Amino acid sequence: MELLALIGQTTRVKSLVPILVILAVATVYGLWYKASRGKIRVTGTSNSAPVAALTAEILGAPLGTRATLVQFSSAFCTPCRATRLLLESVVLNMPDVRHLDIDAEAHLDLVRRLNIHSTPTTLILDSRGVEVGRAIGAPSREQVLNSLAGIS
Amino acid sequence: MTQTVSPSLAVKTTTIDARGPRFSALITTLVLILALASHSIWVIAFQLIVFAIGALRGPQFTPYAYVFRKLVRPRLKGAVPTEDIRPPRFAQSVGLGFALVATAGLLVHIPALFVVAAGGALAAAFLNAAFDYCLGCEIYLLLLRLR
Repeated sequence: MELLALIGQTTRVKSLVPILVILAVATVYGLWYKASRGKIRVTGTSNSAPVAALTAEILGAPLGTRATLVQFSSAFCTPCRATRLLLESVVLNMPDVRHLDIDAEAHLDLVRRLNIHSTPTTLILDSRGVEVGRAIGAPSREQVLNSLAGIS
Repeated sequence: MTQTVSPSLAVKTTTIDARGPRFSALITTLVLILALASHSIWVIAFQLIVFAIGALRGPQFTPYAYVFRKLVRPRLKGAVPTEDIRPPRFAQSVGLGFALVATAGLLVHIPALFVVAAGGALAAAFLNAAFDYCLGCEIYLLLLRLR
């Protein structure tokens, strides 16, 4: 309530301060958003909690023999479609890599368990089904190829 | 090969020129700045109606989308990027929620409520216009996870 009173005081004069504050904060957030989305981050293996492997049973589809790209999508997500097309084309000539496109909304248990907050999120699994990296947002082809090249 | 684990993702829906919603977000940003600067019920009510059309009928039916088609699109060159209407429609629904609260704030004379709600809508519209921000990507799953 104190916060509302404070905002009320500054807005009684219809000041431009709220507009400037909102645009400044949004700009900082937007720059972070642009810089972070699409980057593939290596999933740490030194965590105290052991990383549990994902299985065909959990995911509802068989894994690739070398690697699997597990994409989580939703209906209200524009870059999900581009990500799907990219990953489809990446795995086209890789018989040992599979791409799964999972509707996050229909698999909320899995989403919570894997700590997925936004779509598209793509997990890169090795042959054992262990997550070795993840991309939040649409990754670039080069990054996906580099990441897959590191998995034997 | 690719396998779709959920058939709902394969649903074919209407697609539109992806630059339309981005242009609309720019106009929305300017209108919301005007609303916040003036505290005018008419300005926020106008934007509320635009959000309502975008959320209920679709983002391609708003007055801003009409301006885009008539004045902006004929001047744009290059390949036309398309997008599903569902993400921008979701964003319009979130905007509608903010605009309803903002309008109520002015009607019951709680300016702080108006500023917070109109400010939320401004932040989202500005992020969309300036950074191609996908609101549905970032908050839809979070909302579902709250359930």
